[in-house]
Amino acid sequence: MAIKKFAVGCYTDEEVLFPAVKSVRNSGYKLHDVYTPFPVHGLDHALGLKDTDLHVAGFIYGITGTSTAVGFMSWIFTADWPINFGGKPHWSLPAFIPITFELTVLFAAVGMVLTFCYLNQIMPGVKKHVFHPRQTDDLFVVAIELNDHVTDQEVIDYLKTTGAVETSVQIAESDWWYGRWDIAEHYEKLA
Amino acid sequence: MHLKYESFVREPLVDGDKDYHQVTEDIVRPIEQKPSRMWYIGFFFSISLLMLGVFSVFWEVYWGIGVWGINRTVGWGWDITNFVWWVGIGHAGTLISAILLLFRQGWRTGVNRAAEAMTIFAVMCAGQFPIFHMGRVWDGFFVLPYPNSRGPLWPNFNSALLWDVFAISTYFTVSLLFWYSGLIPDFATIRDRAKTKLRKRLYGLASFGWTGTAKNWQRHEALSLVLAGLSTPLVLSVHTIVSMDFATSVIPGWHTTIFPPYFVAGAIFSGFAMVQTLLILVRKIFGLEDYVTLGHIEAMNKVIVLTGSIVGVAYLTELFMAWYSQVVYEQDAFKWRILGPYWWSYWAMMTCNVVSPQLFWFKKLRRNIPFTFIMSIVVNIGMWFERFVIIVTSLYRDYIPGGWTYYSPTWPEVGFYLGTFGLFFTCFFLFAKYFPVIAIAEIKFVLKTSGEAQKKRMAAIDAKDTQEFATEQLAAHHH
Repeated sequence: MAIKKFAVGCYTDEEVLFPAVKSVRNSGYKLHDVYTPFPVHGLDHALGLKDTDLHVAGFIYGITGTSTAVGFMSWIFTADWPINFGGKPHWSLPAFIPITFELTVLFAAVGMVLTFCYLNQIMPGVKKHVFHPRQTDDLFVVAIELNDHVTDQEVIDYLKTTGAVETSVQIAESDWWYGRWDIAEHYEKLA
Repeated sequence: MHLKYESFVREPLVDGDKDYHQVTEDIVRPIEQKPSRMWYIGFFFSISLLMLGVFSVFWEVYWGIGVWGINRTVGWGWDITNFVWWVGIGHAGTLISAILLLFRQGWRTGVNRAAEAMTIFAVMCAGQFPIFHMGRVWDGFFVLPYPNSRGPLWPNFNSALLWDVFAISTYFTVSLLFWYSGLIPDFATIRDRAKTKLRKRLYGLASFGWTGTAKNWQRHEALSLVLAGLSTPLVLSVHTIVSMDFATSVIPGWHTTIFPPYFVAGAIFSGFAMVQTLLILVRKIFGLEDYVTLGHIEAMNKVIVLTGSIVGVAYLTELFMAWYSQVVYEQDAFKWRILGPYWWSYWAMMTCNVVSPQLFWFKKLRRNIPFTFIMSIVVNIGMWFERFVIIVTSLYRDYIPGGWTYYSPTWPEVGFYLGTFGLFFTCFFLFAKYFPVIAIAEIKFVLKTSGEAQKKRMAAIDAKDTQEFATEQLAAHHH
């Protein structure tokens, strides 16, 4: 929960954003994050982000569902309460397949969405600092973390050279917090 | 910077010369404005239907299932007909959002949000029918496997009806997650441009604190893709299992191996028809003609003619198999379907589902909005009759003539059905007012490759002389 100072540059087009992001990475300034209104393909590579392992998590949740279903139904029909249904075998795997499939999907989907929320640190009531209200509309926003080694003006001027149409310096909570709607206004006053 | 190339001869997915901001404006406008008079009229009409449904259900629960017209021979009547019908309607939503996402069909972006909402509401309507068919609804939780005080009493995992419990509840949950995870970024868009405190707060709560960082989007895309991969076989499994409710029995007219693919095709058929009905209304009422274009409507009509034809082939296959099997019970079941006391339902089904969609082979009709709207309702009526034909005309005359009977619904059955329409449209009206009916972020994503402006630019390039274009490009890149 650190309060930090950021230089913010806003771009109107992803075609300007890409070279700008590359330039910021080469410049040595500390790139905090990039915010876009929609998924911009290739931006993760431009930023040097690794691919997400979310699907691996999904796979693990899926096989958990599979084994839960098969194990549970096998235990019930062979050990806990073996009932004779029309002379069929107690352990009737083909009949277990529909429920096994459904539970596989259910576990994978629910698990992945919860993991997605956890990794992104989002959940109902969470409020994060929004650098520009139009970053979810039509602006592509780059935030650079400021420190004692650089002056605010220097970074702002630099952002302008990369094609930023709007720039600002903001003090903000860089992490997330839960349900404190008053905090954002407090920081706005500081800035 | 776009990695995707799309030929300019393809129809644009977004009409009009839009920029990103215009897209937001167009789609968020209905949410920020006061609802129209039409909206209020529709909403209160839906609520009234819902109240009728609540009263009918109350009547049935209070007096018992005997107030329905079903009897010992026809144990399943309008209730299960309506259940299968509503579940089927729910299928187009997932098909549009999941299967078309996997197949990289860009046109899904304009229609997926409304279709997914339709899925959720249709499954909510569907689920009520088997629950209230139980009679003693307060014992409904018996279908769930849980350690209980009645000894080790478990549900029968070999039963297709229990598979249904798992299939429908999984389908509902996964569709809801898929729908909501797509809504989160769009809610954030509404939150960030909200003028009133209340709106900011409510959409802030709904958007989970989404800010749209590059990493979040990367995970969002991974999540959508895997959920689509999971939902695709899920759609097929759900209706296959619904068909097994019938196909695993010994009733003539039900125990056919063609049921799973035939039911899935029928579900997609009726689902797309309902999407058409809803989207034609929505685009008109909210002025979203630029996003749900004629191209979208035509694409969906193509799916309707395909699935309608599959359904038609299935009907004929059933007839052939009844004859070819040489089983007298099977043959009679089909003879009475066509010529017996319920002949009108069979012929209504044939006309609406097999004959009428064939008109969509004509491009003029596929791109005609009033015609499509009428057809969408015709198809839904036809598909309702299909389920009615399968259920009632297979049950009312079975092996022993002593049990032969006739079945007609009573007012609580009809009221219950109308009530689910009330629920469906109440939910849909609220959705249309408070949720972005079109996926904002996804439209922006395809805007630069498939928008009208881009198509025009590419057509202009195409019209140019090659040499001239090359010189121009060289000049542009060397300043």
